[in-house]
Amino acid sequence: MAEAALKVQGTDVATPLLKVSNLEGWYGESHVLHGIDFEVRPGEVVTLLGRNGAGKTTTMKALMGILTKRKGSVVFDGHETIGLPARAIAKLGMGYVPEERGIFSSLSVEENLMLPPRVKPGGLSLDQIFELFPNIKERLSSQGTKLSGGEQQMLAIGRILRTGANLLLLDEPTEGLAPVIVQQIGATIARLKAEGFTIVLVEQNFHFASSVADRHYVVEQGKVIDTIQNAELEANIDKLHAYLGV
Amino acid sequence: MAVDVQTTSNVAPVAQRGAKGMSTLHMAIFAALLVAGLIAPFFLYPVFLMKVLCFALFACAFNLLLGFGGLLSFGHAAYFGAASYVAAHAAKVWGLTPELAILAGTGAALILGVLIGSLAIRRQGIYFAMVTLAFAQMVFFFSLQAPFTGGEDGIQAVPRGHLFGLLNLRPDFTLYFVVLAITFGGILFIYRIIHSPFGQVLKAIRENEPRAISLGYRTNRYKLAVFVLSAGFAGLAGATKALVFQLASLTDVHWTMSGEVVLMTLIGGMGTVFGPIVGATVIVTMQNYLATWGAWVTIVQGTIFVIAVLLFREGIVGVISKWVKRPL
Repeated sequence: MAEAALKVQGTDVATPLLKVSNLEGWYGESHVLHGIDFEVRPGEVVTLLGRNGAGKTTTMKALMGILTKRKGSVVFDGHETIGLPARAIAKLGMGYVPEERGIFSSLSVEENLMLPPRVKPGGLSLDQIFELFPNIKERLSSQGTKLSGGEQQMLAIGRILRTGANLLLLDEPTEGLAPVIVQQIGATIARLKAEGFTIVLVEQNFHFASSVADRHYVVEQGKVIDTIQNAELEANIDKLHAYLGV
Repeated sequence: MAVDVQTTSNVAPVAQRGAKGMSTLHMAIFAALLVAGLIAPFFLYPVFLMKVLCFALFACAFNLLLGFGGLLSFGHAAYFGAASYVAAHAAKVWGLTPELAILAGTGAALILGVLIGSLAIRRQGIYFAMVTLAFAQMVFFFSLQAPFTGGEDGIQAVPRGHLFGLLNLRPDFTLYFVVLAITFGGILFIYRIIHSPFGQVLKAIRENEPRAISLGYRTNRYKLAVFVLSAGFAGLAGATKALVFQLASLTDVHWTMSGEVVLMTLIGGMGTVFGPIVGATVIVTMQNYLATWGAWVTIVQGTIFVIAVLLFREGIVGVISKWVKRPL
């Protein structure tokens, strides 16, 4: 995997691809992120776990620059991104798949797939995306919103893979999907990880998260309150239940 | 594992790809419209038809901005009217041939579009609409006060001249076919824009601008580009209209003109290809044939607008499009 990571990123695996330090964020006057700290090395999959309203999605938006009122430090691929606009962050190779998927309803599946501009060399070709998500190929001429929830999620992930982004921010990719689709998404994330993609995953479903991630960061009230290595998950299961209130 | 990451790809991003060809249905409708346009002057008064054509192009230009760019301008009369004045002045005072006068008018509208658009696109929704209205009012008062616009008299007796110095456009019948060509060319150009990769990005911005930004697009550039294009086509319509009526007047830059083009677009069907053409035809026909009713025409227009908004918000073509389940 490390070799694959080197192949994709062309960077040292020991150096974090993403390093978030003391990230704070605001919605208007509401202070919602109170100092998020975590890091992701090339080729890793990490998850942000936490209850509803803990600040997981807001963290994603702050990383991507969609949440504009923020401070702290986000170093991505050697670039400090905290002062950059969202489009410039995207151009550095950070690809965001939002919880609501963001499929454009007035465009066809093909147009949705081809819309995002290439940000870096190294994106998947259409054939490779169709191999990952065969359903998309069959629905190319359909309107984006005529797809099922699972197909929309596949399209949302597929179109980011085409851009060449090397860090994928996936916000609750399994939310509201049938178990069989969740399995397919899980298998896809595992394949992407094997290929060396670096992934930050927001999840509430830690059973799913544990099947794909290297490390879990527990977010509560806008802060990372604990870090659990996936290998240590079993030993920490009670603690995790307490954190997530399940 | 078949998913090997490649450094090259055989697929170009959307902004670099060519657009799809015209659908058979759209091609058939365009052909029918062209045939109707070619035979219409044998049955109807050419000046009335030319007015319909100019306003159809104006409405299509407006629809490019509203229907596909998602930007509601309340000041499109500024480009229509400014182009009308410049074309009239160029033809009458500078003695330019009609094609150059129209180009000068369109150029003026494009420049005005860049100036106003670069400021207006910084705001959205009602604030955008108000900024465009404010600028349009400035253009109106400039037109009222500037020495070369003729004040309340406007610029009258604009010579139609000879196209390329050869074809005499004084006969209505001859001018009609030139106006038909300009309108048809303009509308086909707009169609091409809508269906280009640029048009797809516009639709994405209209639908979810933050998402388009987070995909890496500089959305303000796209918004400015569509604003300027829309202003340019509105200017083309205004300049052509000045030659048709041999007149540029304050009516062309008045805020009611901006309101009329909104009305035409909404009645016909915002965001449809053919809606603005239908809307312009309905409104201009009504104004023409109900002219004897005087101010009552405005009341009829208002009533139709209210009915349209309450009963069929998609507009005439929008409703038909829903029935036939095909985009029109």
